[in-house]
Amino acid sequence: MMNKQNMTDTTFNSEAYLNMQLLRFTTAGSVDDGKSTLIGRLLYDSKSIFEDQLEAVERDSIRRGNEQINLALLTDGLRAEREQGITIDVAYRYFATPKRKFIIADTPGHIQYTRNMVTGASTANLAIILIDARNGVLEQTIRHTYIASLLRIPHLIICVNKMDLMDYREEVYNQIQDDFNTRIREKLHLEDVRFIPISALKGDNVVNPSNRMSSWYKGTTLLNLLETIDITSDRDKINPRFPIQYVIRPISEKYPDYRGYAGRVAGGIFNVGDTVTILPNHNTSRIAGIDRYTESLKTTQVTQSVTLRLEDDIDISRGDMIVHSDNLPQESNEFDLMICWFDHKPMNPKGKYIIRHTTKEARCIIREVFYKLDINTLEQNHDDLQMEMNDIGQIRIKTTQPLFIDSYKQNRITGSLILIDEATNATLAAGMIL
Amino acid sequence: MREVAAQFENPALLFSGGKDSIVMVHLAMKAFWPQKLPFTLLHIDTGHNFSETLEFRDTLVKKLDARLIVAYVQDSIDQGRAVEETGYNASRNTLQTITLLDAIEKHKFDALLGGGRRDEEKARAKERFFSHRDEFGQWDPKNQRPELWNHFNGKMKMGEHFRVFPLSNWTEMDVWQYIFQDNIEIPSLYFTHKRKAFFRDGVWLAWAPFMKLKSTEKVVEKDFRCRTIGDITCTGLYKSRADNLLDIIKEIAATRITERGTRFDDKRSEAAMEDRKKEGYF
Repeated sequence: MMNKQNMTDTTFNSEAYLNMQLLRFTTAGSVDDGKSTLIGRLLYDSKSIFEDQLEAVERDSIRRGNEQINLALLTDGLRAEREQGITIDVAYRYFATPKRKFIIADTPGHIQYTRNMVTGASTANLAIILIDARNGVLEQTIRHTYIASLLRIPHLIICVNKMDLMDYREEVYNQIQDDFNTRIREKLHLEDVRFIPISALKGDNVVNPSNRMSSWYKGTTLLNLLETIDITSDRDKINPRFPIQYVIRPISEKYPDYRGYAGRVAGGIFNVGDTVTILPNHNTSRIAGIDRYTESLKTTQVTQSVTLRLEDDIDISRGDMIVHSDNLPQESNEFDLMICWFDHKPMNPKGKYIIRHTTKEARCIIREVFYKLDINTLEQNHDDLQMEMNDIGQIRIKTTQPLFIDSYKQNRITGSLILIDEATNATLAAGMIL
Repeated sequence: MREVAAQFENPALLFSGGKDSIVMVHLAMKAFWPQKLPFTLLHIDTGHNFSETLEFRDTLVKKLDARLIVAYVQDSIDQGRAVEETGYNASRNTLQTITLLDAIEKHKFDALLGGGRRDEEKARAKERFFSHRDEFGQWDPKNQRPELWNHFNGKMKMGEHFRVFPLSNWTEMDVWQYIFQDNIEIPSLYFTHKRKAFFRDGVWLAWAPFMKLKSTEKVVEKDFRCRTIGDITCTGLYKSRADNLLDIIKEIAATRITERGTRFDDKRSEAAMEDRKKEGYF
C-alpha cells in the first residue's frame, strides 16, 4: 500500500523505497477513545485505503446504521469484533508514505487484554496513547503508559483526542498535559514524550494540520511526527551478541567443509577478524567470514540475518552465542525479571516451566515472587502474590542451564524471554530481565 | 525460515507458483546457502491451473534440485472426500483445504511455510508468524499464542501442526520491490498478455473450457495480467499492458484496488477468508 498521491507519477523510486526506514508503532486507548477511528483516519487521509476496502466499509456502515463512514470498521478484522464493535486481538496494519514505511500494531484497550498490548509493544519503536479530551488522564492511561515504559518503547506520543467535543479549547489540552506530567511522567522512566491535540473523527492534526487549533497549537501533525522522529538509536549498537539459530553444513561436493553459523545479530557490530568467544564453552576464535547468501561481507550489525564462519573448528550448536571476547554478557542460571502473565491458569509460585531465550530453550523453576504491581496506581503489592492473567510482577527464576543475558534495558532481544507450559505448550508469560 | 528448520522435524513449504511462494523459495535458498533447501515443496493442485504456472513450477524444482510433492484435489473428489461445487461460480478453491489437510496427515508434516501476508486481508491481519493448528487442522483465532519480540513458540502435541508465515509483515509493494531488487524470475502470467476472458460481478475471469458461462456473459480477448495467481476459477485478471517489473511497480503504486480485490474467492462474504482459515485453509 502506498501513498497514492505521491506515487502515481512516473518518478516512483525503487531505490528510495528499498532503503526507506520502517517504523513500528502501537496504539493504546480504551474502547471509546477512538483508537480504531484514529488508525482509520491515518490510513484514509494518507490515501492508503483502496477503493474496494472503502466500498466494503461504506456498505457495512450503512448496514449498521452509522451516519458517516465508520473508519473504525477498517481495522476490526475478525467477525466477532465486527459484531461487538471492539478489537479483541492485535491487528497489524501497513502503510507507507514517501518518507517511511509503517507497521501499526492495533491493540485493544480493555483491562482483560493487557497481554495484547504487551505483545504489540514488544516490537514497537513508538507508542501512541490516546486520551479522551472529555475524560482526561484515567487509570487506563497510567496502565497503557506503564506497559509502554515496561516494554521500553523508546518514543511515546500522547494524543489528546476528541478535541472537537471540547470546542478545541487550549486549556483542556494544557490541563491534561500537566496532569499527565505530574501523575505519570515523574513516576516512570520515560525518555521521549510528545503531546498532540487531535480529533480523529474530524481529522484535526492527524494527517492535515488543524485550522481550528492553529491559534494556540504550533506543533506538528501526528503523521509528520511519525515520519520524522529519530529511531536510529533504538537498538543496542554497542554490545555484540549473535545467538546461533541454525548450523549450515552442506556436506556437498562443492562445499565439503563449509560450516557456517546462521542467525540474526542481536546487538552490536561484528567484523571479519574480530576475536570472539563462543558461549557456553568459552572457546575463542576469530571471524573468518560473514556470508549473506553468495555475498561476502566485511561487517554486519544488529538486526541483520547472516551466516558467520570461524577460523577454528569448534563444536557449536543452536542455542550457543557468539560474542566479542572483551564484552561478555552475564552468564547466569538464577536471576530476577519482570513478567506479565498471559494465561487463564495462574502462575504456580513453585512451578516448573519451559523458558525460551534467544535461540536457547531450557527449563526453569520459579524461586520467588517479590511483588505484584497494581498497574493502575503503580503501587507494589507484597501481600497478594498470586500472578493471574494480565498481572505484572517481579520474580526470580532458576534455570536448568545458564543463560547468556543482558538487562532488558540494555538489549530488548537478549534481555527478554517467554515462559511456556510444559503440558499445554501455551505461551504463558513475557519476561524482561532486570 | 531458519527458525522453522531448527524447531521442526518435517517442514514443508507450500508452493502455489504464485509470486509470494516464489519469493519464499528464494528466501529459503538464501537463508540456507550453500546448503540445499531443508523443506519439501508441497503443491495443492486443483486441476484448474494456468498451464504457465505448472511449467514454471517444474522448471524451478529442477533448477533447485528440490523435493516436490503434488496433492491433487481431483484425488480427494475421486475418493469421495470432497464434493465438487456446481453452478456458475463453482470452484475447487475451498476443496483445497481437504486435500491440504490429507496431505499433511499422509506425509506427517509438522510445519507448513506459507506466503500469506497480513496486508492481504482482514482475517490474515490477525495471523501469527507461528500459527498453531489442532489435530483437525483448525485455526482458533481467539485463542492464539501471544507472539513477543522474536521468540517463536513452535511447541505442539503429536498430530498437531504449525502454519508459519515469514512474509507476515511484507506488503504487496514489498514483494514486488524484492522481486525487482533480487531479479527473481516469475511466471509470464504476471506480465501483460492476450487472454480470453469474461466479466462477472466486477471481476474479469479467465475463460477455460470447464467454466460455465451465463447467457449474458461474453468471452472477449484483451491485454491482461495477473496480480495474484491461484486457481483459474477465482483468479481475477487485471487489465494492463505492463510488460516489465518497473511498470508493474508503477501500476501497483497507482492502483486504487487491493490485491485481493481481484480475487473472486474473497467476494463470497465479508468473513469468507476467516471462515476458510478456521477450517484449515492456507
